[in-house]
Amino acid sequence: MQQVSIPISDEAIHSLKVGDPVLLSGTMVTGRDAAHKWMVETFIKATRTPIDDDQQVYQEIKPLLDGGVIYHCGPVVSGLDSQEYKFVAAGPTTSTREEPYQGDVMRHFNIKGVIGKGGMGAKTLAACQEVPGVYFHAVGGAASLIAQSVLEVTTVYKLDFGVPEAMWVIRVEDFPAVVTMDAHGSSLHAEIESESRSALEGLLAES
Amino acid sequence: MQDLTEPILELIRLTATNLPPDVEEGLRDALQQEEPGFAARGALETILKNVDMARENSTPICQDTGTPIFYVNYPEGWSTRRMREQIKSAVAQATDKSYLRPNAVDSISGVNSGDNIGDEHFPTIHFEEIEGDELQIDLMLKGGGCENVGAQYSLPNSELGAGRDLAGVRNVALDAVQKAQGKGCAPGILGIAIGGDRGSSFVASKEVLLRQLDDSNPNPEMNDLEQQLTEESNQLGIGPMGFGGKTTVLGTKITSKHRLPASYFVSVSYMCWAYRRRQMVVKNDQVSYQ
Repeated sequence: MQQVSIPISDEAIHSLKVGDPVLLSGTMVTGRDAAHKWMVETFIKATRTPIDDDQQVYQEIKPLLDGGVIYHCGPVVSGLDSQEYKFVAAGPTTSTREEPYQGDVMRHFNIKGVIGKGGMGAKTLAACQEVPGVYFHAVGGAASLIAQSVLEVTTVYKLDFGVPEAMWVIRVEDFPAVVTMDAHGSSLHAEIESESRSALEGLLAES
Repeated sequence: MQDLTEPILELIRLTATNLPPDVEEGLRDALQQEEPGFAARGALETILKNVDMARENSTPICQDTGTPIFYVNYPEGWSTRRMREQIKSAVAQATDKSYLRPNAVDSISGVNSGDNIGDEHFPTIHFEEIEGDELQIDLMLKGGGCENVGAQYSLPNSELGAGRDLAGVRNVALDAVQKAQGKGCAPGILGIAIGGDRGSSFVASKEVLLRQLDDSNPNPEMNDLEQQLTEESNQLGIGPMGFGGKTTVLGTKITSKHRLPASYFVSVSYMCWAYRRRQMVVKNDQVSYQ
């Protein structure tokens, strides 16, 4: 099991290959549907004018994401009233919904690692080769177990997006994942998709 | 009428944090089928470890606690209006206690209500008056990842060579499994409804998932198709989490509904491995859970 510390160096990224199990340690930021849409519309394509705390949040997440990791996760969090936040359950959400945004977001912020489940498509795979970066697959549904690797909730941005959609900054130790898309152009998901499609065609031809 | 708020809160806690024994058994069988050293086996080991941990700590198995769907079968004399209020109150309390994630989002404003109380369908409650003196409440929690890969087909479908018969149902169901890949958190469980209209068909495809994983369908033809679909889905090689492997589907449950002559819908509800459903029974003021 390979230990990966965040921020991740280019050397470490290049050493990772599809199939490698890893344990991640360091600080990461959660971000899913609302966060990706917000980042792209407000700062990357700039089709929307920043309002309220947009500019301030942008300045504060930039150094966290530079060489860092974004985690597709909508956690269950306790301590919402007292603001003594604790992750109770925090497995990955389906990543493919961020496919239209992810590549641009990785390039803009220099994000080296994307954690989620279900894999991503060709645009993200291309960004993994360019930035360079990798896609880490966490086990979907393993929410109680993954929450144990979250040592601390450092802060939260955009809580007005709702608890699942907010950008939570968390410090993790030994966060378990498997590399399923690497910086060398390999994707386990593309491979399984293609093999299962051939298998389906075979089964349909039997009928 | 007995106040059911506390017992329903316990039903929610149990459902969100404690995977039913038949599902856990299915996952343990799947583990035996995957080769040591492969990612598929590693994923199942992690899943089973997580199931234990969630049960011990009373924390959600999966952070996506879905739309809470209640099926209430009540004897004469119970007030559905009061039960609805008690269910909503229990859901809000369960959210406050972190058994449920706040999941009710206004589709126009994007605002999350924060307590899982939304419109009249959130939480979803099905009421049915039954004979006898036993009140049964089933709760199902089905997350968005697997809900998103559900599919509905209108047969015939020439692209998939699917006519209006069980062979056609088989073809479209296999297509749905292939399209889902690992995104529905495989190994999954298929709930399939044949017939109905578009709405009732999807509702039935979810309701059939209340059956036990290891039971059989009383209709021999549908029972054969259930076995066949589980076996053939597993030949697709998608595997746990879509990592590749032998276990893509743990089981298949099929139901049929009357349809219009012009329509032949096949609805597939894909349930993730975190197949959370529990039952509460109230009889002579005594509450028990299954």
